[in-house]
Amino acid sequence: MKKELYIERVLLFLALSSIGSLVTITVFIFWEGIPLIAYTGLKNFLLSSHWAPTRGHFGILAMIISSVLVTIGALVLGVPLGLACAITLAEFAPERVKTLLKPTLELLAGIPSVVYGFLGVIWLVPLIRDYLGGPGLSLLAGSVILGIMILPTVISISIDALSAVPDLYRDGSIALGATNWQTVHRVVLPAAGSGIVTAIILGMGRAIGETMAIIMVAGNALKIPTSILDPVRTLTANIALELGYASGRHREALFATGIVLFIIIMILNLAASAITRRR
Amino acid sequence: MRLDPRLSQVFMKILLWTFTGFTLFILIFIIVNISIKGLPQVTPTFLLQDPLDMGRHGGIFSTIVATVYVTVLAILLASPLGVGSAIYLTEYTREGWVTRLIRFGAECLAGVPSIILGLFGFVLFVMKLGFGWSILSGGLTLAIMVLPIIIRTSEEAIKAVPQEYRQVCYSLGLSKWQTITRIVLPSALPGISTGIMLSVGRSLGETAVLLFTAGAALRTPTSLFDSGRTMAVHFYILAREGISMPNAYGTAAILMISILLINIVAYSLMQHLMKRYS
Repeated sequence: MKKELYIERVLLFLALSSIGSLVTITVFIFWEGIPLIAYTGLKNFLLSSHWAPTRGHFGILAMIISSVLVTIGALVLGVPLGLACAITLAEFAPERVKTLLKPTLELLAGIPSVVYGFLGVIWLVPLIRDYLGGPGLSLLAGSVILGIMILPTVISISIDALSAVPDLYRDGSIALGATNWQTVHRVVLPAAGSGIVTAIILGMGRAIGETMAIIMVAGNALKIPTSILDPVRTLTANIALELGYASGRHREALFATGIVLFIIIMILNLAASAITRRR
Repeated sequence: MRLDPRLSQVFMKILLWTFTGFTLFILIFIIVNISIKGLPQVTPTFLLQDPLDMGRHGGIFSTIVATVYVTVLAILLASPLGVGSAIYLTEYTREGWVTRLIRFGAECLAGVPSIILGLFGFVLFVMKLGFGWSILSGGLTLAIMVLPIIIRTSEEAIKAVPQEYRQVCYSLGLSKWQTITRIVLPSALPGISTGIMLSVGRSLGETAVLLFTAGAALRTPTSLFDSGRTMAVHFYILAREGISMPNAYGTAAILMISILLINIVAYSLMQHLMKRYS
């Protein structure tokens, strides 16, 4: 009996590793970044778009705006496409097609982000440059690549949400004379609403946190974009581009950028898990 | 004017299938494109020779070694933690604030972007603990990254083992721990392997974390404290700095095909398990 108790303690200890890691990560990122925010003041840090770390200017407004815009762009493309796949697979596809297509589409999640970025540079960027103008490396290119990258998240969570709607709902609606599409549109989708919102929020988290692909296709220019063809630098890209050589206040500023990103992601995670819990 | 419901249904179905087809097309395009351009580069020499002249010539042997090292280290560290967490969550507790806290931790950790993990690994392992850019720093950070994957899949696999199995064990006088190690874990093994394989796939493709924790040295690492450039990082540097497109394609092809194969096997293992017990 003593041994069982001992084992339980060890397992509890192992089980606390995930929350322990999360706390450690939070502490270190904040510990390294807070001094810079204290130095510049929160307002100057968040609301100035003058970023010249070697000359003591640490404003990240342009990057916050870029990150938000790229994420919105990704959602505009990824959500309709992903939702369409989810509805097709969950509601319309024959069982055999579904069992084949669902895991196939999930393979999109396995493709490394550097490969997405690379193909973006090879195919998408020249296309944008030649047909729409601008440098090609742009907000638009970033949005399209991120839109594709969030597909697996949006698809798999939406399918789960749609599959969780009881068949009674569908039968009831069909019995009232509705077509399949009317049933999906008026009954199933509203019933799966909170799950689909979760899918969108997690897709958003995925998009705003993505780094390597966005560095490769978005152009990384330090200004507030005025057109979707302008090159942009996101929060994540800023960290990854400069961490290699930054030191002193400059490095602190990158951790402070990390804090902003971390807070955004945590808010999205909390929102997603709050919605899931309420269901 | 309202459209006839049957007509609008036909219209919507066509639209939905077109979107699905387009998504499938993107996937196929990526796989075919990288394979066609990359696979011809992949020769035994490419795999077994070290990169020469910053990767302009030669192969990718040292990057394969570095990739294997960090991945194995990450899996060795994360598996006991992840499987242990899953056992605790499923077998040892009732739902309560402790399980909620643990699940919350795993969920949030899964959402932490890799660049944040990279920052964290850089400041803690590379700087504060003085491991430098090394296999050790990279493996430790990757372990944190894949931990939630292993927890989630192991939990699912353990839950899929029917309750009757446990009851039979208890009725035969086995202790809880004996039941778990002799019956529950072996039955859940395919699912647990799924989690581990998915983690391997995730580790192979990871770049942001490793760039800042394992570094980008091209020498073959010989100790835990050596820096090592993984295949994904190598590919990123080759492509971004335009060092060698053929070699970039070759590296990408190997990387992508191994990840896809691993994911396919992982998925079918899990399907197999779920089918057996449902």
